[in-house]
Amino acid sequence: MGTRIGKEVSIGIAEAAMMADVDVVSAYPITPQTHVVEHLSELVADGHLDAEFVPVESEHTAMSTCCGSVAAGARTFTATSSQGLALMHEILFIASGMRLPIVMAVANRSLSAPISIWNDHGDVMAERDTGWLQVFVENGQDAYDHILWAFRVAEDHGVLLPIMVNFDGFIVSHVVESLEEWSPEEVRRFLPPYDPPYRLDVDNPWTFGPVGIPDIYLETRKAHDEALLGAKATMVKAWSELADVVGRQYYPVEQYKADDADIVFLSMGGISETCMTAVDELREAGKKVGLVRLRLWRPFPFDEVKAALGGRKVIIAIDRALSTGGPGGPVASEVKAALYGLETRPQVIEFIAGLGGRDVTVGDFKQMYEKGAAVAAGGPVPGYELLGVRA
Amino acid sequence: MSSELTNVFAAKMLPQRELFSPGHRACQGCAPALVMRYMLKALGPDTIICNSTGCMEIISSSYPESAWGVPWIHVAFENSAAVASGVEAGLKALMRKGKIPQRRITVLAQAGDGGSLDIGLQAISGALERGHDMIYLCYDNEAYMNTGIQRSSGTPFGASTTTSPAGARSFGQSTWKKSLAEIAVAHHIPYVATASVSYPFDFMEKLKKADAVRGPALVHVFAPCPTGWRCPSELAIRLGRLAVQTAAFPLYEVVNGKYRITQNVPHLKPLRVYLESQGRFRHLTDDLIDELQQGLRERYAALVAKAEASQE
Ligand SMILES: Cc1ncc(C[n+]2csc(CCOP(=O)(O)OP(=O)(O)O)c2C)c(N)n1
Ligand code: SF4
Ligand SMILES: [Mg+2]
Repeated sequence: MGTRIGKEVSIGIAEAAMMADVDVVSAYPITPQTHVVEHLSELVADGHLDAEFVPVESEHTAMSTCCGSVAAGARTFTATSSQGLALMHEILFIASGMRLPIVMAVANRSLSAPISIWNDHGDVMAERDTGWLQVFVENGQDAYDHILWAFRVAEDHGVLLPIMVNFDGFIVSHVVESLEEWSPEEVRRFLPPYDPPYRLDVDNPWTFGPVGIPDIYLETRKAHDEALLGAKATMVKAWSELADVVGRQYYPVEQYKADDADIVFLSMGGISETCMTAVDELREAGKKVGLVRLRLWRPFPFDEVKAALGGRKVIIAIDRALSTGGPGGPVASEVKAALYGLETRPQVIEFIAGLGGRDVTVGDFKQMYEKGAAVAAGGPVPGYELLGVRA
Repeated sequence: MSSELTNVFAAKMLPQRELFSPGHRACQGCAPALVMRYMLKALGPDTIICNSTGCMEIISSSYPESAWGVPWIHVAFENSAAVASGVEAGLKALMRKGKIPQRRITVLAQAGDGGSLDIGLQAISGALERGHDMIYLCYDNEAYMNTGIQRSSGTPFGASTTTSPAGARSFGQSTWKKSLAEIAVAHHIPYVATASVSYPFDFMEKLKKADAVRGPALVHVFAPCPTGWRCPSELAIRLGRLAVQTAAFPLYEVVNGKYRITQNVPHLKPLRVYLESQGRFRHLTDDLIDELQQGLRERYAALVAKAEASQE
């Protein structure tokens, strides 16, 4: 077993990438991702990590460089946030379409304008359809474990897709937590070396990224979609392998005190931890309430969502992003879509919470619960609400 | 081997092997396609090409066919220098860590004038500044040809393109060609050169020099496009020569900051002989031709002065 120590989550993420023995790190600084890449460049400078640290001139170049290095056969890591992720947008589709298994940590932050360095999920939701695997973590241990897990999944020959590990800016990234690091032996047992089936090899030349005429484009999209959906099985397998090695078990959708709950919160990311405290207090007050957390966002875990939410009376869906001029929040929209085919559908009430770093407290969850309870008692289903917005 | 010897015997000594295969989809008389062919004759099979979007990408890689006999990657329009940075960094790390055998592999990024001078300039600057051991090659056909002959900042003064059209209130492109080589020199890299498809041995020798230096090198190669220039396809090579002989595109190299003109033109030909067969210049008045000729000659004189200063 590894050692347990107090560590800033961003530092933990960098050290997990070091434990994965990455060959290339290419990144551009942006708050709140900075501590991750600063620490990686230190690890390289101090000789703890044998890698090329490429200090690029933009995030567009960071992602392009990652495409080049992973195509050359190098294990590749990057990290970004917000505007940086948006600047990568074009290349994100290409990285996934070309099946290049890059691992990227995204310290989630709101998007401009107005410019805001604080946390929400607006950045990653704008990249929802880029064809990347996407998971959300809640705390430092989770984040550390999932960097290693992400390499295991992305580089699997049955997957070969890039992956984003989303962790909330500041409220997760900058927090010092008790962290159990993996031993080199545990890493060795869990994560095989990167062994690409295709790479830029002068002895065996391949053409990467050719033109897709109408006769073939459609088939490549189908193959991409199937690869993404099919990746879930490998993800689940890798989670159970991770449990075998370090004893922590993760699932695509996880529950907290939800077994007998008529009303459940549904959340994603670091906010879930505050929600758990609210659930504890509501349970003490005799309320049958629980929490369902989405860990896996792409591929969307339809079956697991149906299994976890079907049969409930009311779901209180909490989004950290707003689809402006649209249906409210992306998580609630997709959950509703997943539940639509059920014979008896739960009611879903939607809250868009904590935009641009606005605090979401235990008290806020209790208020959301009261609104959910009113619906459960037969009251009307309100439209989505931006939690705590001033009139 | 000395450069003189290469020049004398080059034609016979060129490798027979075609690493850029015929059968691609380029137009008749396409000089950029010849650039690709010469490029791989000079660099050989241990080369990885990172290609930007543009004519040379589109004509060579229609899935499931590929003209490329070397590893080749296309990611996007503006980023081949960035992709090459990654390939170079990846190979370097893998070799240092013993994951692949130590070996000299050439990494070359290439784009057209649009992908280099306009949308890709930042990525080039970043790659040159970081000092990657790579070659950047710009094949310059003086407009965005792939998308239908729109102007770029490499389009010459006076040329009519689909976004700098000549008309009642326009004489075509009103700005002067941006100098990629000078921008590269400002990065203090070991090797910068201009070249022309019409001087193939000079071009190939420059590529070999670019390959031999450790660190970044940039070669800006002139490559006429009959389709976009609206000229007969059999004139492509002649136009490349005339561009040098009229100072429309002088050939020089800059080795560690020292300039040398590699194709001296003591008596410049009148610019008209270069312009007259090209539809893109057909509308130009005598005054405009004089203005263009004067501008080009001033630039050439400045270049000659730099080369002379470098000899001192
Ligand atoms: C981001 C982006 N913008 C625009 C385009 C459209 N586009 C593709 S190739 C091209 C022009 C290429 O010009 P150049 O680099 O000079 O190469 P050429 O086609 O002349 O060989 C343009 C505008 C694109 N593919 N990507
Ligand atoms: S348009 Fe010009 S550069 Fe493009 S393939 Fe045709 S001749 Fe070559
Ligand atoms: Mg062009």
